[in-house]
Amino acid sequence: MQPIRKIESRTVVMPSTNIDTDQIIPARFLTTTTKVGLGKQAFTDWRYDASGAPRPDFILNQPASAGCEILVAGRNFGCGSSREHAPWALLDYGFRAVVSTEIADIFRSNSLKNGLLPVVVDETTHRWLLDNPGATVTIDLESNQLTLPTGVAVKFPIEAFARFCLLNGTDELGYLLEQSAAITRFEQAHNEQAHA
Amino acid sequence: MTAKTLFEKVWEQHEVVPETSDTPAVLYIDLHLVHEVTSPQAFSLLRAQGLKVRRTDRTLATMDHSTPTDPDEVFGRVPIKVESAARQVKELDKNCREFGVELLGLGSDQRGIVHIIGPEQGATQPGKTIVCGDSHTATHGAFGALAFGIGTTEVGQVLATQCLLQRRPKTMAVEITGTLADGVTAKDLILAVIGEIGVSGGTGYVIEYRGSAIEALSLDERMTICNMSIEAGARAGMIAPDETTFAYLKGRRMAPQGADWDRAVERWRQLKTDPGARFDHVVHIDANNLEPMITYGTNPGMVVPIGGTVPVRPGDAVHAKSLAYMGLTAGERLLGKPIQVVFVGSCTNGRLSDLQLAARVMKGHKVARGVRVLIVPGSQHIKREAEALGLAKIFTDAGAEWRESGCSMCIGMNGDLVDKGQYSVSTSNRNFEGRQGTGARTLLVSPAAAAAAAITGRVTDPRDFLHPLQAVAHS
Repeated sequence: MQPIRKIESRTVVMPSTNIDTDQIIPARFLTTTTKVGLGKQAFTDWRYDASGAPRPDFILNQPASAGCEILVAGRNFGCGSSREHAPWALLDYGFRAVVSTEIADIFRSNSLKNGLLPVVVDETTHRWLLDNPGATVTIDLESNQLTLPTGVAVKFPIEAFARFCLLNGTDELGYLLEQSAAITRFEQAHNEQAHA
Repeated sequence: MTAKTLFEKVWEQHEVVPETSDTPAVLYIDLHLVHEVTSPQAFSLLRAQGLKVRRTDRTLATMDHSTPTDPDEVFGRVPIKVESAARQVKELDKNCREFGVELLGLGSDQRGIVHIIGPEQGATQPGKTIVCGDSHTATHGAFGALAFGIGTTEVGQVLATQCLLQRRPKTMAVEITGTLADGVTAKDLILAVIGEIGVSGGTGYVIEYRGSAIEALSLDERMTICNMSIEAGARAGMIAPDETTFAYLKGRRMAPQGADWDRAVERWRQLKTDPGARFDHVVHIDANNLEPMITYGTNPGMVVPIGGTVPVRPGDAVHAKSLAYMGLTAGERLLGKPIQVVFVGSCTNGRLSDLQLAARVMKGHKVARGVRVLIVPGSQHIKREAEALGLAKIFTDAGAEWRESGCSMCIGMNGDLVDKGQYSVSTSNRNFEGRQGTGARTLLVSPAAAAAAAITGRVTDPRDFLHPLQAVAHS
């Protein structure tokens, strides 16, 4: 995973609330056995019609969306299925951060593990972002701040260890493997329970 | 001693390393369930890093999501039609052999939906931590386990270390008093709960369902409740184990036996919230006045009593978009709406008692003309039981399709699909856009309401067909 320090980009806005992971990547694409290439299927049923032609009214098909790395979405983004294919698809598409007032638990956890930054902001900041699609926003992970083009900066919460991993491009698995001795001790102490 | 909640007891028993401000807890996982869709990339990671599965004895794999339910495909008489699904099935087979993981694979008579076979095998037990790369893992919380869905990166972490890095979630009590009326099921109850707290009301929480209405439920019904915790945003839902739980587990293949059983039950009896323990949030629900429920929109919180009307929400663009997808109008009555497909099955409602309930409604009736009815048992074991009890014959005599076990029409990735624009009355858990097929319109209900719709071809109050029967949901 590449370290993340600062993301500066125009935003794409999807104001719908409760955008679930079935919309981000429908189940029929989950029969893949790799992580690559899912970006072209991101939001498929909103992005393309039955013949596969782009729907011109969908935001990602509009020229202004090209190159945008920050997705601003309605409350409770990423709800539903635990499929990690959702952050894989968004990253492969080109997004590097998702901003909302609420981000679903499993999606947030999966995003952090792949370098897609989940940013939760207050209602006022969110309202401004919804009302100003395409605004250039800066998300600075070193200061935990999201800065609007107006100069207004807001802090966003992020779990300390996940932040450390993102800033340094560190993999959590390495840390867990280092706990091997403690895990073995735990297993020995709980032997009875293990076989109950 | 500080009074503790059920969740706190299970959590604290599994902390290998407690959390600090800088690092999450290292949480030990007792049981890791694996399926074909969310595991291939995790096994690839292990292979790339030269790692082994740390505890093959705590890992159990099956195939359910992308597997066909057509017997000819399941038993290899014809190739699996969805080619990528066939590859995925082969891949899990290969991975389990290479890494030494027990697999209840496509030909196994013990195969089934991952959240149905865990309990069925007795692998799901009170006080365990249970994970699976699937959001409906919360189902296992019905036994007093702490069970939650994880992503594929975490699947790899658990395979390699039997542990996860977790921050301690908040706790919510959903207190349910009263008694469910005849024809009102656990499915109706959980839909009402989701309607009450909303689809993100449980975000950041582990829910404990408690109260007299919960204690009166069978394990099948408790699983239906915990299963849909994620539909309220909660990763896990739990119910304290009791005599009903112990009776369910006794004698199952992977449950403790003999003296081990007695010791286990003694330990399990401690797994309840102490008097005076504090929850971060408490919600009260009265079960007495609940009606059969039905969803009308594109998330499970968009739910009304079956006799109700589609809510009117002027100026709510998201509501309007959802109704446009569903082809429904604000203010419209749902009863009597013509439907084209009925699905009975899934990890929410694919257990034997669900099939019994559907059969009692359908017995002696025919499926309405032009309606496709798919009835899919949650496991091969349930399939055999349903056949032995004559339920399968009731379904096929009525004109329904009776299939091999699997996730089937709950998730449009195995060939069982609802066509664009069709209304599907379904016992599954998600009415998201496209969930049952591109353009499919899903109405979530109980098995009784699904069976009633199969007979009439319309949205129907199941109580119209349940008059002579008492408390059928508890049979």
